[in-house]
This record gives sequence, structure tokens and C-alpha cells, in this order.
Amino acid sequence: MSMKKLGAGLLATTILAGTVASAQDVTLTIESWRNDDLLLWQDVIIPAFEANHPGIQVEFTPSAPAEYNAVLNSKLEAGSAGDLITCRPFDASLALYEDGHLADLSDLEAMSNFSSVAQSAWQTDDGSVTFCVPMASVIHGFIYNADAFAELGLEEPTTVDEFFAVLDAIEEDGGYIPMAMGTNDQWEAATMGYNNIGPNYWRGEEGRLALIAGEQSLTDEAWVAPYRQLARWGQYLGRGFEAQTYPDSQNLFTLGRAAIYPAGSWEITGFNAQADFAMGAFPPPVPNAGDECYISDHTDIAIGLNPASPNAEAARTFLEWVGSEEFATIYANALPGFFSLSNFDVAMEDPLAQEFVSWRGECNSTIRSTYQILSRGTPNLENETWNASAQVIRGAETPEEAGQRLQDGLASWYEPQQ
Amino acid sequence: MRKPPIRWHILVFLAPAVLVYTAIMIIPLFNTLRLALFDEVDRTRVFVGLDNFRTLFGDPLWSDAFWNALGNNFWFFLIHMLVQNPIGILLAAILSHPRLRFAALYRTAIFVPTILSFVIVGFAWKLILSPIWGIAPGMMDAVGLDAFFLPWLGLEGTALTTLALISVWQFVGIPMMLIYAALLSIPEEILEAGECDGITGAAAFWKIKLPLILPSIGIISILTFVGNFNAFDLIYAAQGALAGPNYSTDILGTFMYRTFFGFQLQLGDPHMGSAIASAMFAIILIGVCIYLFGIQTRMRRYQF
Repeated sequence: MSMKKLGAGLLATTILAGTVASAQDVTLTIESWRNDDLLLWQDVIIPAFEANHPGIQVEFTPSAPAEYNAVLNSKLEAGSAGDLITCRPFDASLALYEDGHLADLSDLEAMSNFSSVAQSAWQTDDGSVTFCVPMASVIHGFIYNADAFAELGLEEPTTVDEFFAVLDAIEEDGGYIPMAMGTNDQWEAATMGYNNIGPNYWRGEEGRLALIAGEQSLTDEAWVAPYRQLARWGQYLGRGFEAQTYPDSQNLFTLGRAAIYPAGSWEITGFNAQADFAMGAFPPPVPNAGDECYISDHTDIAIGLNPASPNAEAARTFLEWVGSEEFATIYANALPGFFSLSNFDVAMEDPLAQEFVSWRGECNSTIRSTYQILSRGTPNLENETWNASAQVIRGAETPEEAGQRLQDGLASWYEPQQ
Repeated sequence: MRKPPIRWHILVFLAPAVLVYTAIMIIPLFNTLRLALFDEVDRTRVFVGLDNFRTLFGDPLWSDAFWNALGNNFWFFLIHMLVQNPIGILLAAILSHPRLRFAALYRTAIFVPTILSFVIVGFAWKLILSPIWGIAPGMMDAVGLDAFFLPWLGLEGTALTTLALISVWQFVGIPMMLIYAALLSIPEEILEAGECDGITGAAAFWKIKLPLILPSIGIISILTFVGNFNAFDLIYAAQGALAGPNYSTDILGTFMYRTFFGFQLQLGDPHMGSAIASAMFAIILIGVCIYLFGIQTRMRRYQF
């Protein structure tokens, strides 16, 4: 009897303590794949939020990038996932929303700070519901060794012809590998190759949307021409590029052995730390002088709300803050190379990051062509593009064959292309 | 007549192993086979019979990838059978030579890679063979074979064979140990009797020892077969889930992984993944059955 009473008493106090605690102190947990950013969240972002929001504590609990999707899915199924969920772009997050694992955030006030292109990666196909607050995008281009360029008397190329003239000049000099990229891991060939230079040919959003609508096909000149340029890259990539991995390429460049690096802006932090020479960046060269330029400004990361969260109110407060100018400034400066997707004019200190983001003013932004809708079926267009880009650079497949193969694969399941 | 009493102790002693094995092996296995008969339509799981297998073998998009992976798997197995096992037998024969010095050292050194993780082996060999930092180009340069160095892991024609040889390097210790044990168990009297009949040296190996270790070679072959057709780790560690270049190193394990768990933008499809896993299971089952009923029952055994 006395034991029972004691138990009941304990239970009551726990519940009481629990409710009191939750009224005052809420702890929000964030699921993320950015374990590289753990320190940044703990030391900069979370303290900045907590300073102005007493009573809400935030915990950042990332998992390994390659395992994130699988880990998150099983946590969501089991009901043990955190309150806030970092969103991959497009279908992975859309599937979570459709399964009821992401809440509708369209009514969030902060959403008005984001353009429709920025929101497109985390919307339903008809654009009626947005389920994640956009955080950052990455921009593609080329980073170069400015010291090497000065030594050889080279200038940033603006057209494809100038680009190859620069590569020829570096090759002729022989002191540097003209360009650092390998085909072993395949994705660089597609992400930093095809989707980097491609938008200039298919005119950014215009071509991308026409492809989704079925008005253009992957065998059209605009979609084959980037492969034609990639096929010429092979001879500038240095000996044994077939077995060169992504870290190999990064090291070749930061050790000063290669002059040009086809890049994504996320490299900036790492390169700043590793390279002891001056670096510059130029956007993908246009086919003809005077052409309008297009850059891949890819929506990469966002954050959403787990509907099963018991702290939805506090989580929404946090999400409003993620959409604010304060967050955009902190994030963009702490992680140069991840650019805010908001409409705020965020001041950045890193010169390389400034260079990248300045292209937004000169060129038209688009996102990677394969990410929205087109990679839903089998064969998966993104995976096939990795394969085809690597094949073309290796010279194992002609640009025309690659285009035809991708088109056949896409048309086999995607109705508008049939 | 009295019925014999039920021998409870048999049940009691078997129970723990049976329960554990059922829970972690048999139930998942049959659940996978069952999962292969379903598909997801409009977010609900529906029974589709053998449709997944019809897609896997009938739709060129799937069947091409499947046959490519199966063919690669057979090549992977063939290299092991032609390189790993003969070398293992040779090493065992040398090790069991009574006058060899430092035998224990060699035995340990050759066996050590077997206990290394696939990830370590994959990365170590990737670095050794790297055209940029690797020691392989330098070593070949030193002996004037510079011109013969190729980025083997990156070429469609050589990547799979290179990986198979790396795997051979890692696992050659296992056939060596098994054969070594079998060789040691051959009684001296038999060899001495052979010597009296004039069979010595190499002839003694071919005529006396080899027939006596054939059952061990059979076991090794079937272990290699099962191991190779379940292989995944090394390819994944060295080439990634897309098994490049151009799927030339794609084996059933990587194909199943990509399909089941998804990759990059490709969402996982547990139902097709299970269909591939079931096909792998069937292939291994058939291989083991051929061995058990076709070969092992006909093998002659000797008792000393």
C-alpha cells in the first residue's frame, strides 16, 4: 500500500515537473546530415537564437550524410525523430511530406522572405504547399589558382574558346595539371561538369522547364552540346584521371599542382583552410562572346517541422527565426559557400564567396536539371547522368550516344517525354 | 510395449540455438522472400504475385542490369577459383614442408589481411594503385615498367579484375589455412609407404596428398562461391554504390543495395530490392545444391 502511494506520488511529481518544465523550458532537437557543421551550430547559431528566445533550447544532432535518409526514415517510423528535420531538396522531402512526416509551413510569416524559385525545392508539384524553410544554396563555377594564372600571364576566360585557350596554355607550360577532376566517383563529372556548364547551353530555367514539360529532349543540341565540351575536358585532366577520386582532386588543387578546379561553392571553406595561394573564381564560360550567362544556383538545404513534435509552437518560433535576416547573415558568413536563399541582401566577408554570389547579379540562376521530377523513375536520370558524364569524359561514349541513351531511359517512364 | 520416453533434454539443448537462428536468420529470410511478392501502389502495400520478378527478368531496363551484375559476379568468382584457391593450395604445400624455416611467421603474415576490414583493404589498395599518390606507379617506374602502369581501378576493362585480385590478396589466407590443416592431418605412414613404392617429391603431392585434401578443396570452393555471390563491401568501399566505371564492377550485392536502399536521388524500392535478394538466394541455393548433391556425395573419402 505504502509502495503504491509512493509510486503514485512519484508519478504525480514527475508529471507535474514535466509540465512545469515544458511551460518554461522546451528543448528542440534538429535532425541533420551536416555533421561538418556541428561546431558552428553549437557555438554560433544556437547561442544566437537562445539569447533572444529564453525558454527554448536547441540541440543539433546530425548523422552521417550517406546514412541520413535511411536513419531519418527509420526514426520517423519509430516516432523517435527530432522536432526539426533538415530537408534534402525535392523528392526525398516531398515523400516525407506525403507520408505525413513534414508539416505544412505555408502559413509561416518568414516564407514571404523567399522567392518562389527558392521554395520550389520544398513544395508540392503544384506549388500550393511549402513544407520546409529554405536555408541555403550552392553555386557552381570554376575556382582557379590565381598565383598560377599570374605566373603564366593568364586571365579569367569568359567564353568557351578562351577557356580552352587557357587550358592549352597551362598544358603547354607543363608546370601544372590544367584541371583537377577525376571520373572515379562519377558524381563530379555530372555535378561539377555537366550541370555546371550546361545551363549556358540550355538557357537555364527555360530549358530545364521545357525538358520537364516534354517540349525539349535530351537529344536536342542544347542538351548534347555540354557533353561535347566535356568530351574535350579529358585531355586536360592529368594522367590517370580515370581512377582519381573526389578527395584526390581537392588535394591536387589545394597542393598547388592543378590550376583550375571545377567547383561547387561548398568547397570554399575547405580550400581557404588548405590552400596557401591566392584563389579566384569564374562562372562557367559562355559558348559565344556576348551570350547571356546562366549559373547553377542549386537549392540544397532547408529545414522543416516534424508534425509529431510535442513542441510545435516552439519549433515554429525557431523556423520563423531561420527565415529571418539575422539567421541568413550568421549562416552565410559562418559557412562561406552556402548562400542564403532569402531576399535579404546579406553581407559576406569572404572574397571568394562574394565572387560566387556576385554572379547572381550578372547571370540568370537555375538549379540542376535532373533534380526536379525527372529523377523519379527507373532508370534514375541523375544516376544515369553521372554515368554518362563520366563515360563521355573518358571518351568511352560519344556525346550523341550519351544523349540518346539518357533520352531513351527518361522516355521509358516519363510520360511528357513519350 | 513401452513407448520410449520423450527425451526433453534434446529439445532443451537445441532451443537456444534454434530460437536465435530463427529470429535473426530464418524469419528475415522468409520475410524478404514474402516482401518480393508485394509492391507499393498509392502508398499501400499490395500483393502482386510474381510481377516483380517479371519486371526484373522481362523489362530490359532491369534485366540488363541484372545480367550484367550476374556476369560480373561469375567473373569475380572465376578469378577467385583460378587464382585464390590454387595459390592457397600452393602456399599450404610450401608451408607444410618440414624443412621450411619461419613457417609460423609466413603463415601469420599471409593470414593477417583476412582479419582486416573491407573498408581498410579497399582504401589501402585504392591509395596503393592511385595514379597520383600511389606507390604502384613509382615502383613500376623504378623497374622500367612505367609505360605499363594504368589507372586500373578507373578503366572499364580492368576495374573488376583488379578488385577481384585485391579480394584474392585479402582472402588467400583462408584456403591456405584449411588446406594446411588438411595436409598436416595426413599420416606420415602413408607418405612413407608411398616412398617405399618410389613416390617422392612432387609425385607424392599429386598422387597422395592432393586426393586426400580434395574434400577440403570442395569445401573451400563452396565457401568461395557463397562468399563471392554475397560480396558487396569491397566494391562499395572502393567504387561506391554506382559500381563504376560504367557499372563494370556492379555485382549482385551492389545492385541489390542500390535498389533496396536507394541512392542519391533514387528512392529505395524495398520490393524490387527483395526480388533481387530472392534471386541471389536462389542462385546461391542452386550452387550449393549442385555441390552437395552432385559433387560431395560422389567424392571418395579416406579414413586413416
